[in-house]
Amino acid sequence: MTASGATNGAATNGSGQAGSAGTRSLSIRGLTKEYRRGTPVLKGITLDVAGQGITAIIGPSGTGKSTLIRCINRLVEPTEGEIWFQGIDLARLRGTALREARRRIGMVFQEYNLVERLSVMENLLCGRLGYVSPVRAWLRRFAQADIDRAFELLDIVGLKGFAGQRADALSGGQRQRVGIARAVMQRPDLLLADEPTSSLDPKTSVEIMELMADLTARNDIPVVLNIHNVELAKRFAVRIVGMAGGHVVFDGPPGDLRDEHLKQIYGGEGWLE
Amino acid sequence: MNSAPALPAASRENPFPVRWTTRAVWIGLGLYVIYAAARLELTWERFVFGLGNGGRFLARMVPPDFTKMDLLWKGLSESLEIAVIATVFGVILSLPVGLAASRNLMPVWATWPARAFIALCRSFHPVIVAILFVKAVGFGAIAGILALIVASVGFIAKLFAEAIEEISLKQVEAVRATGASFMNVIFMAVVPQVLARFTGFATYQLDSNLRNSTMVGIVGGGGIGSTLFTAFQKFDYDFVLTILLAIIAIIFVGEILAGWIRRTFQ
Amino acid sequence: MIADQRRWERFTPQERLLRFTFYLVAVAAFMVSVQTVDVIPEFLYDAPEQVVDLFARMWPMDWKYYPKSVHEALIETLHIASLGTILSLALALPVGILAARNLVPVAAINQLAKLILVSSRSVNSLVWALLFVAIFGPGALAGTLAIAFRSIGFVGKLFGEALEEAQRGPVEALTAAGAPWPSVFLKAYWPQVQPAFWSIALFRWDINIRESAVLGLVGAGGIGVALDTALTLLYWDQVAVVLLTIFAVVILAEIIVTTIRSRII
Repeated sequence: MTASGATNGAATNGSGQAGSAGTRSLSIRGLTKEYRRGTPVLKGITLDVAGQGITAIIGPSGTGKSTLIRCINRLVEPTEGEIWFQGIDLARLRGTALREARRRIGMVFQEYNLVERLSVMENLLCGRLGYVSPVRAWLRRFAQADIDRAFELLDIVGLKGFAGQRADALSGGQRQRVGIARAVMQRPDLLLADEPTSSLDPKTSVEIMELMADLTARNDIPVVLNIHNVELAKRFAVRIVGMAGGHVVFDGPPGDLRDEHLKQIYGGEGWLE
Repeated sequence: MNSAPALPAASRENPFPVRWTTRAVWIGLGLYVIYAAARLELTWERFVFGLGNGGRFLARMVPPDFTKMDLLWKGLSESLEIAVIATVFGVILSLPVGLAASRNLMPVWATWPARAFIALCRSFHPVIVAILFVKAVGFGAIAGILALIVASVGFIAKLFAEAIEEISLKQVEAVRATGASFMNVIFMAVVPQVLARFTGFATYQLDSNLRNSTMVGIVGGGGIGSTLFTAFQKFDYDFVLTILLAIIAIIFVGEILAGWIRRTFQ
Repeated sequence: MIADQRRWERFTPQERLLRFTFYLVAVAAFMVSVQTVDVIPEFLYDAPEQVVDLFARMWPMDWKYYPKSVHEALIETLHIASLGTILSLALALPVGILAARNLVPVAAINQLAKLILVSSRSVNSLVWALLFVAIFGPGALAGTLAIAFRSIGFVGKLFGEALEEAQRGPVEALTAAGAPWPSVFLKAYWPQVQPAFWSIALFRWDINIRESAVLGLVGAGGIGVALDTALTLLYWDQVAVVLLTIFAVVILAEIIVTTIRSRII
């Protein structure tokens, strides 16, 4: 089932054994999504994601990479299929159970999706909203432990002193750092990222990928992300999943990814030069 | 002088072509004015005659009568009370109603009744609503308050719903993805995006209620409107002027207050 | 490792003070108002009964009232609203220009113009109607002027704001080319503010339809007169017909305005 994830790059600490890796693994069975009847975007995807390291999904635009990621935390409703995580089928959850599952899954977005008018600190504390009552959220009465953790994360992501700044005053790279910190605030058992670097310049993209890799390795959080920059994928992921036409056409470590596979995924040769 | 270089033929077209539709609109409006004025029998003679009357009228208004200040104050304070209470209740009621009416966040079974309710509140002039409430709860401030609550909800809830429908749903999506409950999503992703505009609507309505509270008294809804109406009927035009000046002053102060509130909640 | 306790404060001390003051004043004003307002409890207990009575008397409606009195009055109301709006546009345009800092840089004139606009807005159309009925006598003239004078403040304020938001570029270009002031206005400012102007005009016309309907209550013509007559005689079934007519006309006006807005502006 799991185990196809090799340990390249995933510096686990002592507790990162098969036990916790097992509880953080994801099993997708027969996932299908049709936005319009008769034209499925995902065609019966079956995939096992290891509970360790970064799994990168690559593929051309429109092939369903984003849809796949979003089906996992149900931002998109699957048409058919099962998504097993920690012994529960995420595809069947509703209401409180769904919220409880979501708070264990963090997400980083392509356009950062910070609440622009809130401060950086408030955006970070959003990560704890799954655990806080509405009254406390309204009055911004968060536990001191959460606030301490937020300051700690701000230091780690390189935004020391930014706690009081409004989110819309930040640059793209800075916003994505806040986005990552927000997701990590959830203490998630899984991190999803939907094209986290697509809105960033090349240098910042690398910085963000390094940050994500570092932070998730430290906290032992498996990552599933989609990305269209193959080089970045090869550099940071322990496992690559290539999609084309709604199917998985490649699944293995980055070392195994050859030009023929890329041709199959993306089609055409010109861009490989 | 030297001759200018010969221009190519194309640019001899009129660079400012006459836009016939705009002209038609202006001409149409002009014709309408003539027609309507005739229909309403608004003749120049009546106007001029009225101006003469107006002169005499103004003479009777000036100087303003400052002797009935306690009567003035009683009416004004009642109007202020009506405005304050109506605005507070109106704002509080508009929050759930406006939220329920926003089509991007709420399901159809919530938005349809909410929007219908808002439309109903907006349909009638506050004075008419006041008349109906006077029948229901009798003369006095309560009728005025209820009428203005209806007007407030109609205004604030409608604009609140429109503001919510314009927010960025990406921010909402991200907060939802953290496992936040519905109310948490509202407080942390929706409210920050609409608070500034909501405060604007609320303060505008406070202002509007101040104005309208001076009016509902004319039909029995309490406040300075009835004092004003009585003064008119008794031909106490100098007192009328005093009342009008007081109303203008109050509205002016109200606008300053509104600006201050808006800045506090920026 | 002891986490170092860093405090996070959502608001700065000044912001907190301001917010606290606001809540204090708001709550105090509310409490004072609730205590001093005159409420007669008997009337409140009576209310549900009264409401039922009201609806009972309104139904069945007296449809004959419509052709007899209401129709003529309705037409009059529409003319009062439209004519009053047009008149206010003509009057508000110069005042709005005078109030705009970028067109007329003389602060004293700006303030005076703004004062005129505030005063116009502060007085309800109903109160203006009372005034004009006393001057010009009852009828549509008083009503039209009341609508016009009330609307000047509204149109002038919004129009002035639109002017102040106009871009300086075209203005500077034309002034630099030596254009006289009226030309600068017509060709640099007007094209920019024209959509806003028509939008404001439509908005105000819509509101004025509602306002004109009630002016008759104080004798200023229109459907309010029919309403007043029916109310005085307590013929609630006729009142119902009038209210229904007003409702229908208001909805119609909204539809017209929304259509024009989406098609043309």
